[in-house]
Amino acid sequence: MTAKIALSDIHKSFGSKDVLRGVNLEVETGQSVVVIGGSGSGKSVMLKSILGLLTPESGSIKIDGQETLGVARRHRAHIDNQIGMLFQNGALFDSLPVWKNVAFRAIQNDGMGEADARDLAVDALKRVELGPELLDLSPASLSGGMHKRVGLARAIASKPEIIFFDEPTTGLDPIMTDVINHLIRDCARELGATTMTITHDMTSVRAIADKTALLYKGEIIWQGTTEQLEASDDPFLNQFINGLPYGPIEVEGQRIEAASSQMGAE
Amino acid sequence: MNFLATIGAFFLSFFAQTGRLSVFVGQTLASMLRPPIYFRIIGQQIIRIGYFSLPVVALTSFFTGGALAIQIYYGGNQFNSEAIVSSIVALGITRELGPVLGGLMVAGRVSAAIAAEIGTMRVTEQIDALTTLSTDPHKYLVAPRVIAATLCMPVLALVADIIGVFGGFVVGTQSFGFNAAIYVQNTIDFLTFDDVSSGLIKAAVFGFIIAMMGCYNGYYSKGGAQGVGRATTNAVVSASILILAANYLMTSLLFSS
Repeated sequence: MTAKIALSDIHKSFGSKDVLRGVNLEVETGQSVVVIGGSGSGKSVMLKSILGLLTPESGSIKIDGQETLGVARRHRAHIDNQIGMLFQNGALFDSLPVWKNVAFRAIQNDGMGEADARDLAVDALKRVELGPELLDLSPASLSGGMHKRVGLARAIASKPEIIFFDEPTTGLDPIMTDVINHLIRDCARELGATTMTITHDMTSVRAIADKTALLYKGEIIWQGTTEQLEASDDPFLNQFINGLPYGPIEVEGQRIEAASSQMGAE
Repeated sequence: MNFLATIGAFFLSFFAQTGRLSVFVGQTLASMLRPPIYFRIIGQQIIRIGYFSLPVVALTSFFTGGALAIQIYYGGNQFNSEAIVSSIVALGITRELGPVLGGLMVAGRVSAAIAAEIGTMRVTEQIDALTTLSTDPHKYLVAPRVIAATLCMPVLALVADIIGVFGGFVVGTQSFGFNAAIYVQNTIDFLTFDDVSSGLIKAAVFGFIIAMMGCYNGYYSKGGAQGVGRATTNAVVSASILILAANYLMTSLLFSS
């Protein structure tokens, strides 16, 4: 069976700094994959490469078996139309009210009228447990948690087959983190969507991951199920999931630089 | 060796910037020709760029026209040729000062605003969000602003021409005792269609430069609030310099023939 998303030997550098150094990862249809890794490990660069916002130097990125790397933006519209994305800070458009943000794709691409677009926004907001009273508010007047939820509503409004989440719980309190994690899980299940989440929040990993991958120095060095993750004795993984202090770790008597101790451009 | 490396780095950076700007302009022009065209956003931008710039342009040109009249009067006084005030004010305003000063004022107001808005959208990932929502940022953000500024600037220049000439008229008639009817008649007799049209053509080019510099610097801004501030400054400075350079080139072309 063809993987929904397949990354093969992705390399991306900025100047002399190699950020992605041969990333290989496959995501099956309907699967929820969470990519974890320390700051600067290349998580966001990998995500932006899949979305076509950055162009890797080499490798292959296939979505539904179709190569997307090197394909001009206007020739990958049919792929983009099946993708939803929740950005780290929501990335809502300041100049538009909530309903226009949520129904943006339908308004711009399908020419949807105002009445239908508002209905679509109401429906999408309901899925993320928000009411229609937000429709005419400006994004600037929303709280951090609401911002994320409206961003999630926008990501799922067009019922995409694939949804990406970039640090969905960053900056939220523990209760709101739990709310967002459950919304992500529920929305993905309802839509039957394939999801990929970038995070360093282990709460999110345990709440939403079918499969977890650890990105370390631009390479996926470990991947497995949540059960395998908890049972793993991989020293890098243990350091990351247990939140051990930064610094070298000892493996078979040798001191090795720890995953979370590296710094870089992400 | 370090000195040569610095020179080399400067030229590499210059050519890289020029190349990136050329590609940006090309992408914008191409996006203007392909549907969809966002008429509603163009309309909104015409109001923001054109209508809200009217007071600034009007005040600038009024006082410039008045100052020009004073300078020409006292300059001409030495040769007993004060009568040329009306004609030189009209010529100076319509050919040069109306479009150039109007362009510089709009550059300060509009180019900075565009760079700040698009720059903020860049650093808050709103431009990335547009792309993932299958909307071309060039078509949605850049093209409407460039079209609006290119359409608005000739209108603003025409307003600047009228108010600038009026400023000269007020000073001429009130301070120097010129006869109002003769002043107006001299202005009409001396001005030709080409004087006005050359200024309007220049203004359209300035409008294109103003919006393009605002969009380009905003689009490629990075580094948070500081980066947006830098983009705003660069937009105003580059737009102003390009307006003055383009003005010289166009004056050479339009008046040498």
